[in-house]
Amino acid sequence: MKLMNVDNLGFRYGDPWVLRHLDFTIAGKEFIGVLGPNGSGKSTLLRLLDGLLTPQEGRVLLDGIPVHTLKRREVARRIAVVPQHYSGIFAFSAREIVLMGRSPHLRNWSFEEERDYAVVQRVMEQTDTLDLAARPLDQLSGGERQRVLIARALAQEPQLLLLDEPTAFLDIRHQVEILSLLKACNRNEGLTVVAVTHDINLASLYCDRIILLDRGVMHDDGLPEAVLTAENIEAVYGTPVLTIRHELTGRPVVAPRTELW
Amino acid sequence: MGAFLFQPSYLAVTPARVVRLSILLCLLLIVVAFVSLFTGTADIPVRATLREFFPWASFLSGTLTEAETSIIMSIRLPRILLAALVGASLSVAGVVFQALLRNPLADPYILGISAGSAVGAVLGILFGAAGTWGLGMPGMAFLGALAAILIVFGIAGRGKTMENNTLLLTGVMVNAFFNAFILFVFTISDHAQLQRALNWIMGDLSLADEQALLYTSVFLLAGTGFIYAFARSMNILVTGEETAQQLGVAVGKTKIALLAAAALITAAAVAASGTIGFVGLIIPHIIRLLVGPDHRILLPAAFFLGGTFLIGADTLARSLVAPAELPVGVITALCGAPYFLLLLRRSLRASS
Repeated sequence: MKLMNVDNLGFRYGDPWVLRHLDFTIAGKEFIGVLGPNGSGKSTLLRLLDGLLTPQEGRVLLDGIPVHTLKRREVARRIAVVPQHYSGIFAFSAREIVLMGRSPHLRNWSFEEERDYAVVQRVMEQTDTLDLAARPLDQLSGGERQRVLIARALAQEPQLLLLDEPTAFLDIRHQVEILSLLKACNRNEGLTVVAVTHDINLASLYCDRIILLDRGVMHDDGLPEAVLTAENIEAVYGTPVLTIRHELTGRPVVAPRTELW
Repeated sequence: MGAFLFQPSYLAVTPARVVRLSILLCLLLIVVAFVSLFTGTADIPVRATLREFFPWASFLSGTLTEAETSIIMSIRLPRILLAALVGASLSVAGVVFQALLRNPLADPYILGISAGSAVGAVLGILFGAAGTWGLGMPGMAFLGALAAILIVFGIAGRGKTMENNTLLLTGVMVNAFFNAFILFVFTISDHAQLQRALNWIMGDLSLADEQALLYTSVFLLAGTGFIYAFARSMNILVTGEETAQQLGVAVGKTKIALLAAAALITAAAVAASGTIGFVGLIIPHIIRLLVGPDHRILLPAAFFLGGTFLIGADTLARSLVAPAELPVGVITALCGAPYFLLLLRRSLRASS
């Protein structure tokens, strides 16, 4: 059984199609990287997968049901999203933010119970955020905040985790930290991960599958070794590159083919 | 007491904690109400009053004269009750508007919603347009509040944070428009009613009658109970609307429900008391400093502390220049406007 089916998906905000003729499926336990230049429709695709947008063409099915027709509460129990930014106005502490992840499992009027606190404790251990519990989110560094937002998403106990540029503003140590954390959740708990990213090389190292978008259509979809070729990257990004092999993993590493000297 | 109130906000908000704080603040309200009851031009003997009203206090000496009983029962007590209800209403409405606009400076008065209500209510007073309290005035005040809310939230746009500039400019303009309208109505109206309407505009709790008490308490209790069902959703909503959707909140429905409930509460309070500003700004802000931003504890705390604050402000208004009276809106504005400027300065500094 596939977790999600994307079926001839097409979407546009105004006139030009942002995404068109997309066909793919997401099976459980995959770790998928969505790559593509700016404006190729990556973030729009995430919002369609989450059911926040209604497709004009085709369908996005979650366990066989069009995801935009489901109640938000239902979707939030199965799909969690890690946003790029946090823009809260009141000074909620990290722990309060993570507790909000339990919301889709609670009813109106109700308070968190033992089970919810246990989940929050577990995901904060997992994301190494227990030390940050009491601190207001706006006082945390970029990497710390990202870990807290991932903890909140994990607290939802989702089957599918969507991430929009999870490592965009982080240095390499924190990038590796975040991706290793996601990889561990993927390996150990069977969490399906779909991450939009600009970082071709990190995607190559951590993802089992790469979806390469080019101006709203699927350019290629498959194993990193198969998708991240010099021809594909040049065709989509429009800049000459070469690929080398990562010494330990054998995965492709993409570098610009510059001739400065 | 300090440790009890100042629990760090990472401690979970539990029902027990909410109940404890509510009881504590409720006791504070009763104490302030008690002090207020015995403050005023006429000296009411405390012991005789206790003996009169509480069977367990029969060991105390003294009796109340008929005039004294009447002062308590038909002047001071209704006024204190109305102050508590209106203070709680404005404070709860402030919490809701701040969450909806995602701006801690929002308040029914600053946004111009009180002024909108006032237009309707003034039309009611001066022309007796739709009759008396029974149907007309709260209805008119509600329509006025609704008009103001449509304007404010129409400008705020859908799905956005309301920036300080937009919020303040919108409020100033909505207020200017409605105030001009009120002046227009005054100019063409009967002078005999003018003083009453003027008092009302500055906030006047002496209008407390049974019907005012009934309406405000029904709207306040039903409205706050309804709003409380969304308290956890409000926490998530203030962290961003898309985030709220992703965490399972039906954002559209929730916002409309909250807006309608807050509008009703505001309209009923303003219709009963006139425009009393800044309560909805000061109280939620103080409570956030004390117990953190979780709406499940913020709402009940704002409810009780708002009532307490307005009883206190009205007691000052009655006694500062006794035997004359200040409008209570003067007191709340004298406290609230500087407080507002302080918050604004801090928020501008934080964003630069």
